[in-house]
Amino acid sequence: MKLADAAVERLQEALDWPDLSGTRYEPVDVLGRGGMGTVYRARDRELGREVAVKIVRGTDTAPATAERLLHEARVLARLEHPGLVPVHDAGVLPDGRAYYVMRLVRGTCLDEHVAALGPAPGPRLRIFLRVCEAVAFAHAHGVVHRDLKPQNVMVGPFGEVLVMDWGVARVLDFEERTGTGTATATGTGTGAGTVMGTPGYMAPEQAAGGAASADQRSDVYALGAILRFLCADSGRRMPRPLSAIVEKALAEDPERRYAGVPVLQADVAAFLSAEPVSVHRENVLERLARLLDKYRTAVFLVLAYLVMRMALLLWAG
Amino acid sequence: MFPLTRHSVLLSIASPEEPQRRRGLEVLAEAYWRPVYKYLRLRWGAAAEEAEDLTQGFFARALEKGFFAQYDPQRARFRTWLRTCLDGFVSNERAAARRLKRGGGAALLPLDFAEAEAELAGSAAWPEADVEERFRREWVRALFAGAVAELQEECRAAGKGVRFALFERYDLDPPPEGRPTYAQLAGDFALPVTQVTNHLSAVRRDFRRLVLARLRAATGSEDEFRAEARDLLGGMPP
Repeated sequence: MKLADAAVERLQEALDWPDLSGTRYEPVDVLGRGGMGTVYRARDRELGREVAVKIVRGTDTAPATAERLLHEARVLARLEHPGLVPVHDAGVLPDGRAYYVMRLVRGTCLDEHVAALGPAPGPRLRIFLRVCEAVAFAHAHGVVHRDLKPQNVMVGPFGEVLVMDWGVARVLDFEERTGTGTATATGTGTGAGTVMGTPGYMAPEQAAGGAASADQRSDVYALGAILRFLCADSGRRMPRPLSAIVEKALAEDPERRYAGVPVLQADVAAFLSAEPVSVHRENVLERLARLLDKYRTAVFLVLAYLVMRMALLLWAG
Repeated sequence: MFPLTRHSVLLSIASPEEPQRRRGLEVLAEAYWRPVYKYLRLRWGAAAEEAEDLTQGFFARALEKGFFAQYDPQRARFRTWLRTCLDGFVSNERAAARRLKRGGGAALLPLDFAEAEAELAGSAAWPEADVEERFRREWVRALFAGAVAELQEECRAAGKGVRFALFERYDLDPPPEGRPTYAQLAGDFALPVTQVTNHLSAVRRDFRRLVLARLRAATGSEDEFRAEARDLLGGMPP
């Protein structure tokens, strides 16, 4: 039997094709492959809509992988926020593979999306603030992402911003969140000594001490790295208040970082509105430049008025 | 058809019993002869006739000298090791500048070189940097082709021709305008959509079983089998 290259590729895909018989979902094509599983575009026959189904790979029979995937589904299921992908369903397929069903997200990853944004900081920072909102929401519900990076942020065609890939997220219990008791956490094979995250975005304590040592401030570090990526990628020199924000978020010592995402978020929002930021003491020139930027419309109108008055005076006399 | 499992092929090749040795060699040859032939044609630049002789000669020599039995899974993948043996064999044969007359002058294995030659039509020589990957690709192609043929035979014998027909339309050879939807297949085959889903799931499961059985027979160790299986299923981490 002669098999063309395309046929070999399709057969390779068929080998990993999930057995969705007995479910209401019909796989259509592969959307992407990650470390933990493959995401398929699928049709929900009952509701007549398209969904995304994330499924553990065919040869990955390790129970830890299945547990990690279901853990991600449970984490997402407890977080309802416009910046997070809603989970519709989860379970185990007849072939033994764990899966969960979520909203089909159409868009591009942030690392690819920035190319379409242009060099101005405004649109980049507004996306960053949306990421912060979603992460702050998760923190408020006791969930730490632990693998934030531009590749895990999806930007949709209508500007929607979604934080993806919660496979290594850590769920803190109530006492730890409020600091009133013994710290315990649930995760999946992510205890002390297990390093999970991405170099360049992973906080030093996470890289050194394992995933179990990661808390909200580790996510603050990753957000700082994302902010640095967004600003550096614009090709412009980073304004000093913004570089101070990045520096604060990326402090080696977690104690020296922003105490939480809302504080970081407030500083970036302040910069965006040409307000002073908490981590940078501006000099007179910087203050003048900022005020000029903030009140540029009013300054322009006053200047236009003065020029007109001068012109009228000269004409009259 | 494919009773040898769990790398027993390599044990068979080392067997003192000639029939068992020969059976092991046949199984290995089925998985590797096409990549070997194409490698000789496109990497060594052998003419078709010489490549046929060298292919037959290589497997005949392997049976005669039992050198596959010397394979050490700690040192390399079986596929890579086999190619190294092949390089040594061809160098020696060419240095001796003699025609191959292995197996008493008759072909040892019933190999369809004409079909392999037809597959080569228009193929360029393999560049040095790509040899490993090209050889792997040909090996995967041979592995899949064997599994598809076996699947077709299994479906036919079990009176489940419709399963193979669905597999053919959806996975193996979809129309040029693109894959049909399950609903279209249901319409074409006069089946409920749920049955199309079930048939396709079952036939893919069977295909996977056959591929993995062949893979297990064509690899040198359990670790190698697992590594190759991971590669085939998308290069996921262990």
